[in-house]
Amino acid sequence: MNRHTLRTGVTTLLGVALLAGCSSEDPLAEEPAGDAGETIVIGSQDYYSNEIIAEIYAQALEAGGYTVEREFRIGQREAYLPEIESGSIDLFPEYTGPLLQYWVPDTSARLADDVYAELGESTPEGLRVLEQSPATDQDAYVVTSEFADQWGLTTIDDLAEVTEPLTLGGNSEGETRPNGPRGLADTYGIEVGYTPIEDSGGPLTVKALEDGDIQMAIIYTADPSIQKNGLVALEDTKGLFLASHVVPLASDDVDEEAAAIIDEISTTMTAEELVGLNSRSVEEQLPAATIATDWLEENGLV
Amino acid sequence: MTWLSSAWPQVVDLTVRHLAVSAPAILLSIVLAVPLGRMAQRSPRAGGALLSAASVLYAVPALPLLIVVPVVLGIPLRSPATLVVALTVYGTALLVRTAADAFSSISDPVRQAAVSLGHSPRALFWRVELPLAVPVLVSGVRVVTVSTVGLATIGALVGIPSLGSLFTDGFQRGITAEVVTGIVTTVALALVLDAACLLAGRALTPWTRVGVAPSLGILPRPGGPRPTAGRGATGIPATAEAAR
Amino acid sequence: MNLFAEALAWLADPVHWSGPSGIAARLAQHLAITVAVVAVSAAVAIPVGVLVGHTRRGRGVVVAVAGAARAVPTLGLLTILGLMMGIGLQAPLAALVVLAIPSLLAGAYAGVEAVAPDVVDAARASGMSEAQVVRQVELPLAMPVLLGGVRAATLQVVATATLAAYVSDTGLGRYLFAGLKTRDYPQMLAGALLVIALTLVLEAVLASIQRAAARAAAPTHARRAPA
Repeated sequence: MNRHTLRTGVTTLLGVALLAGCSSEDPLAEEPAGDAGETIVIGSQDYYSNEIIAEIYAQALEAGGYTVEREFRIGQREAYLPEIESGSIDLFPEYTGPLLQYWVPDTSARLADDVYAELGESTPEGLRVLEQSPATDQDAYVVTSEFADQWGLTTIDDLAEVTEPLTLGGNSEGETRPNGPRGLADTYGIEVGYTPIEDSGGPLTVKALEDGDIQMAIIYTADPSIQKNGLVALEDTKGLFLASHVVPLASDDVDEEAAAIIDEISTTMTAEELVGLNSRSVEEQLPAATIATDWLEENGLV
Repeated sequence: MTWLSSAWPQVVDLTVRHLAVSAPAILLSIVLAVPLGRMAQRSPRAGGALLSAASVLYAVPALPLLIVVPVVLGIPLRSPATLVVALTVYGTALLVRTAADAFSSISDPVRQAAVSLGHSPRALFWRVELPLAVPVLVSGVRVVTVSTVGLATIGALVGIPSLGSLFTDGFQRGITAEVVTGIVTTVALALVLDAACLLAGRALTPWTRVGVAPSLGILPRPGGPRPTAGRGATGIPATAEAAR
Repeated sequence: MNLFAEALAWLADPVHWSGPSGIAARLAQHLAITVAVVAVSAAVAIPVGVLVGHTRRGRGVVVAVAGAARAVPTLGLLTILGLMMGIGLQAPLAALVVLAIPSLLAGAYAGVEAVAPDVVDAARASGMSEAQVVRQVELPLAMPVLLGGVRAATLQVVATATLAAYVSDTGLGRYLFAGLKTRDYPQMLAGALLVIALTLVLEAVLASIQRAAARAAAPTHARRAPA
């Protein structure tokens, strides 16, 4: 191994470069649209709670005589939305606030109905949002109860009183999203550091909070670990976080009859029930399919 | 083990999916690496370049490779084909060295004897070189098999289901049993395939067991191949194994 | 829009080079992780490998352990260690050590084992103790193969150390994860290029060390240059 190796290495790199250069396509905008009319393709985020909702949609549609294909756990919004936009996925449980921010990054809507209304207008051609659910699952800044007591924290604004440096923990995409340190600085004028932890506010994030590696974390409000670990979600008085209700995003392949089935699910599900569903996944460690079946039966939806 | 009692069908399903991406990648790696390794052995100049290129390829981190492969080939990111291609790249890179070692372990007198017995170059390859290279090749294939099965888990990070999905899901839900199950099942699958390679290798080389010589009547160099200085590192365990 | 040109442009932007999460800092972290992991793994694996190669005992066990360790998926191990140890560097370092050990172990025992038995016997006959045989005969002769193991381990660790970013804010992997999650593929590709560049440099350095060791192991007759 010598200059020879380096030369080969460089040649290889150039080869890769040329190959990559030949194609300028977006790797995610793939799969020609237009599935066979009968099958409804349902997707879900790489997030267990979202998978449970998607599974509820799937079982309800199956009970209604539809053929369903499950494309579950296919990543974060930035990864899967192009696939929905290209028409290869027909139905996806979404959240009003973050979805609106994806299409309208500088939206000023904050309240549930405003967000839902604007979302309806900004949804691209070929897609529509169905009824929004009373169930919410939104980002929140969460601190330990000890930390909240120490500094007398109940709202995000109170963080200004904290004299020690603050570090926020969350998925790496949070660093550039409006719910991360940038949004916090813009809306509240509070500067914090950022530590990426890739478990979507899961146990590692909670552990980091308890270990004091981070002082605050982005955790979803429907996460049962907030109650279980005695964590405190700081109140967002200035509307940094958009209201975030569960909302199904559907393509035109979802007909009116199917939409009616999904709408009934949405209106039935409450915020407490969503926490309950998540808790069954985390505490009882049940698979999404079982949790979905039980919930649909309890509510007489199948 | 509450989790496992209700989730075992999912584990079975993911194991099948895991196998469905690992097995084609392993086979493709063999199909690609054997001719490349033989080429590398025949012409040392091009061979050196090839082996160096292989080690660079092996160094490409898996995540970006999973993004670049669909761009280059125009296939969907979440398609299992993406993962198969990426795993084949690593597998081939890993196996080329061992393949080259396998062919250089055949002594020149053997080749000369075969040629003087009237073997055409093609027959020389298929009937003499390839069978004699099998023991070393098999040890390389075993390393590739085990590492491919382990590596396939990374597809979970970009939404390609495999046993790795148990890691990402177990991580989010904080279910240690789920993560442990993912690891144990992956290792078990790797070891089962490894054993299959071992048995296949034995079946292909009956002469190595009972002192039955191949039809040509010439045995591989006594003591088998020696690891050569500077030859690759990734080939070492394989070569060492073959020297047993 | 060309992904690769964008990645190069991303790399060329001086803004990305400085600061605590700049390229320079990330490169240094990545190198530090790699060196630390290989050093720790070597301290464990090489003595064991040399012992096995010298005594020719326990080979089956070592092969089995190395094989099993090779099959352990690093992502899974990292996840479970992360759940146990919390965020930070401990979990990725431990997971990478497991990754590095098989190659180092194999290099050490294969190297020592490959030393010709008559050479070892000659050394014993000339009155050397077993420790002297190991230190003065077997190790120098095994060095090229042993260093081959170090090279293989380094190669694996430097590429896989990107996973450290899964549970800690460290190394070039940050660019990969941040790029993946936000579909900033130029950034992701740029991160990959940096890893490859770092690998090439480490490869060149280790290869020249290995060549020197090969010359030292066979000083009298000109040895074929390692491939």
